[in-house]
Amino acid sequence: MALSRADVEKVALLSRLRLSEEELAEMTDQLVEIVGYVDQLAEVETDGVEPMAHAVELENRLKPDEVRPSLPRGEALRNAPARSEQGYLVPAVLGD
Amino acid sequence: MDVTQLTATASLDLLDKGELSSVDLTKAYLDRIATVDQQVAAFLRVDAESALENATRIDAARAAGESVGSLGGLPVAVKDILCDQTGKTTCASKMLEEFHPPYDATVIKKLRQAGAVLIGRTNMDEFAMGGSTENSAYQTTRNPWDLERSPGGSSGGAAACVAAGTAPLSIGTDTGGSIRQPASWCGVVGLKPTYGRVSRFGLVAFASSLDQVGPLASCTADAALLLQAIAGHDPADSTSLPEEVPSYTANLNQPLEGLRIGVIPQHFAEGLDADVESAVRKAIEVYKSLGAKVVELELPHAKYAVATYYVIAPCEASSNLARYDGVHYGYRANQAQMAADLQAERKAALDAGDQASADNVDTALVRLYRQSRSDAFGPEVKRRIMLGTYALSAGYYDAYYKKALQVRRLIRQDYDQAFGQCDLILSPTTAGPASKLGSFDHDPLGMYLLDLYTVSANLAGLPAISLPCGLTSGGLPIGLQLTAPPLEEARLLRGARMYEASSGLELSRPEIA
Repeated sequence: MALSRADVEKVALLSRLRLSEEELAEMTDQLVEIVGYVDQLAEVETDGVEPMAHAVELENRLKPDEVRPSLPRGEALRNAPARSEQGYLVPAVLGD
Repeated sequence: MDVTQLTATASLDLLDKGELSSVDLTKAYLDRIATVDQQVAAFLRVDAESALENATRIDAARAAGESVGSLGGLPVAVKDILCDQTGKTTCASKMLEEFHPPYDATVIKKLRQAGAVLIGRTNMDEFAMGGSTENSAYQTTRNPWDLERSPGGSSGGAAACVAAGTAPLSIGTDTGGSIRQPASWCGVVGLKPTYGRVSRFGLVAFASSLDQVGPLASCTADAALLLQAIAGHDPADSTSLPEEVPSYTANLNQPLEGLRIGVIPQHFAEGLDADVESAVRKAIEVYKSLGAKVVELELPHAKYAVATYYVIAPCEASSNLARYDGVHYGYRANQAQMAADLQAERKAALDAGDQASADNVDTALVRLYRQSRSDAFGPEVKRRIMLGTYALSAGYYDAYYKKALQVRRLIRQDYDQAFGQCDLILSPTTAGPASKLGSFDHDPLGMYLLDLYTVSANLAGLPAISLPCGLTSGGLPIGLQLTAPPLEEARLLRGARMYEASSGLELSRPEIA
């Protein structure tokens, strides 16, 4: 089940990364090695074992649905690379 | 008297007695930073002005008989991963080079409330991904014991500053060993609390089910003092545990009666450095001499812990780091350049008569995401995002992510069983002492294997501590690790203190060339 370069290109797109030719080659080799290492998990007998997403299994912690002060708009926009009065500016999504 | 040689506990005593001012103490550490941090480079940023302002304020409060908090006037260094609205939080990444948090992490709030003097921000592996601090986008931190070696990671700066005497206390984070491993390599005490014991609100997330904030210090009393100040339930963190925080300091010096120490024979297999093995076995003898019983136990799934971790952590990271898209904050690629590139790519495809390729050229928004992320993330971060995305993708999710979560439960069950027969589990913290800088430049898997002894505690959510237990023949620190059941930090600290008080080990501060 070794990763191919095409697999790595696909994963790069899914990850929203863009790798150079050189990076793709190196990344492919490294991922093949690492995935090869983690493949040993297939040896472990896990029938009937519940997956454990969290070490400490708390039930959903709910709080009352009350309006409380939140981050003022100006603060929330403060680190924006491009902003208007109202929000974050990005390249047009539709009609591109 | 060189006050930077004092433990935090001893300094606090002098502060409380009025024999030392926080301003003088802070100045002494700032002076030492100015001399020694040139070579060690533990600090990304030193906040001298605000530190002295706070120290002045605390001195005045103390003089007026006001309450100054449990850490009143003590300098504390903080890994640059906890949001602090008084400055930038970079996570040692180009992605957050200009990020100015709009709020404080709960741990930062608690430190301030406790009267800590926040002295600066320490270097780390980018987004906490790494075991050597060499993955910082900004600078290389050197091990104070040997400047050609790594201090460990990802909390390398936090460990190095305590080892170098440039801060008495520091805050690190531990996802797979990132407090304990650098503590071990730098000859200091480092503790990872039970998952949920310390709030993660305002902690920049790497792997949300594994991350924990914890103390680094030069002795167990200081680690206990700092843990006390930061532990506790936080309504802003839904994974924060509701249980009351006991006193970690009150009974610290009281030995554990009838202590059963669990030792895992598998831990002493091939690959363990001979000096490390010898020091750890000597430590076992110290416990025996104190009346502890040693129980040999098995952790049958321990050999799969690193593989389990290196599926789960990258999966969680790929999800957590999706937020860095160049839109809301953080680095954004140059849009004019990007638009020009896209146009050129489309034209080249059309000129070659390749309509399909022309259609497949990224949209502007997608290219914004891809370029911003690729420009601003380092190679290790990219690697883990890729690994995680792959393991979560359709067709692979069951074989990798789900499988790893199942093995995780088995690892946890191994510990639950083991703790039925012992009170603390003892092991080395790392298989060897500090590696030379550059060792892992082309060997990411080699770096991952450093986490052999540490990842299980994160997977199982257990508290664990590393404390110094000797030096190798080459003069490098060796770490002893103790692991306890959930919420047994008091037991963990008392157990560590038992060794510390009786070992006869005196590690003097290394000479920094």
